[in-house]
Amino acid sequence: MKRLGLTLMSAALLALPLQESTAAERFITVQSTTSTQNSGLFESILPQFTTQSGIEVRVVAVGTGQAIKNAANGDGDVLFVHAKPAEEKFVADGWGVKRSDVMYNDFVFVGPPADPAKINGGNDATKALTAIADAKAPFASRGDDSGTHKKEKSLWKAAGIDPSKASGDWYRETGSGMGATLNAAVGMGTYAMTDRATWISFKNKGDYAIAVEGDPILFNQYGVILVNPAQHAHVKAKDGQAFIDWLLSVNGQSAIAAYKIDGQQLFYPNAVK
Amino acid sequence: MQDFGSAFGEAFRLVVVLDPALVEIVALSLRVSLTAVLAAGLVGLPIGAALAVVRFPGRSVALVGLNALMGLPPVVVGLLVYLALSRAGPLGPLGLLYTPTAMIIAQMILVIPIIAAVSRQTIEDMKDEYDEQLRALGVGPFGMVATLLWDARFSLLTAMLAGFGRAVAEVGAVIIVGGNINHVTRVMTTAIALETSKGDLALALGLGLILLVLAITVNAAVMALRRTAGHASFA
Repeated sequence: MKRLGLTLMSAALLALPLQESTAAERFITVQSTTSTQNSGLFESILPQFTTQSGIEVRVVAVGTGQAIKNAANGDGDVLFVHAKPAEEKFVADGWGVKRSDVMYNDFVFVGPPADPAKINGGNDATKALTAIADAKAPFASRGDDSGTHKKEKSLWKAAGIDPSKASGDWYRETGSGMGATLNAAVGMGTYAMTDRATWISFKNKGDYAIAVEGDPILFNQYGVILVNPAQHAHVKAKDGQAFIDWLLSVNGQSAIAAYKIDGQQLFYPNAVK
Repeated sequence: MQDFGSAFGEAFRLVVVLDPALVEIVALSLRVSLTAVLAAGLVGLPIGAALAVVRFPGRSVALVGLNALMGLPPVVVGLLVYLALSRAGPLGPLGLLYTPTAMIIAQMILVIPIIAAVSRQTIEDMKDEYDEQLRALGVGPFGMVATLLWDARFSLLTAMLAGFGRAVAEVGAVIIVGGNINHVTRVMTTAIALETSKGDLALALGLGLILLVLAITVNAAVMALRRTAGHASFA
């Protein structure tokens, strides 16, 4: 009986797929951000690159702050995030080779239909934040040093408001990703700032809608950087560069432009030709 | 609350059509957690048995420490394993970060204290029965550990199952060291976290239901094994 049990157990273990041995040997690791992953962009464009190049792309999707730290530790070959000043610092500090613009979209403010701060239909981010602070209307912040959070902090600063004083009161820092923050915002009935791609693809909107959009200050630029092989010798510079070149090429750029949800384009390619 | 209803529908649909992505994720979950638990057993069971048998100064401190380690937060273990396996860390050259192996290591660390602590209690209870007889036979501590482990083998399955429950359910450690990479390191719990963050609560909950059924199946299989083997040994 015991022998039977052991046989069954080893058979079961052997039946489990041994991924490491069967997976393609040629792959790169990309440190990226949750918005590109959650919006489904990668699932749409990466297979095209892999088919063409034979290089598998493994994406680790975390907040931009964490992605930059992971990349500086050498835990990735390519960094693909959206916080231009932090990206330029990454390159200036020697961790990255060169930064290139890839695509953009924009941030929007979303809120409940009750609209306690009376900002619905606005197109001025600074005015909206001032109204939210004046009304002490609850606002959910990422609070996680992500690209979106960095942007949000710069907007508060531009409005001359320090929301951290109201942290825990009407200013609520979730310390989590964009989707988790939107879930929390919808649950608590607060306003939130999100990139448009995550918002369009987000499925738990409830009765929420976009309150403020269209302010040029809400521009959201994505950039790509090859991790510096001079800092980390194991970086797959050739394959990583091939991926970057593809993203910036006509093929990559049109693949990005072609990705739509419900007829809405999520990202607009803007690599420098 | 339509999410509950659609969650069952979603779970049912995924299972019925045997969604290939789901099968892949379930298989990886099982492979990672079962391997971690078996490896943790190889380490944890002898530690538990030795702590039950051997008396040494500072033993009670060691027991308190071991019991406390059962409450290790997965996210802390994930962070420690990340720092060790990161390219900038001491084990970086091995290139194990973002592989199933890294996830197995993290879960092993989480599970060893549970297996050791539970098996220590099980064996200590049994030892009182055996102690005199084994001493009279002149069995040394190694022999005692081996004998007790063997005779307690069916009761120790509970320790292993407790460890499996912890391993297969945690998300904090594997999402950091595995990276939740599609087709490479995505398991049930990280997939649930991802779907939740996409706002697809029905799919997330559906995956949760499947995970629950998986845990029930493993527990039932072990119980059946224990029962048949138990009968056989008394026959």
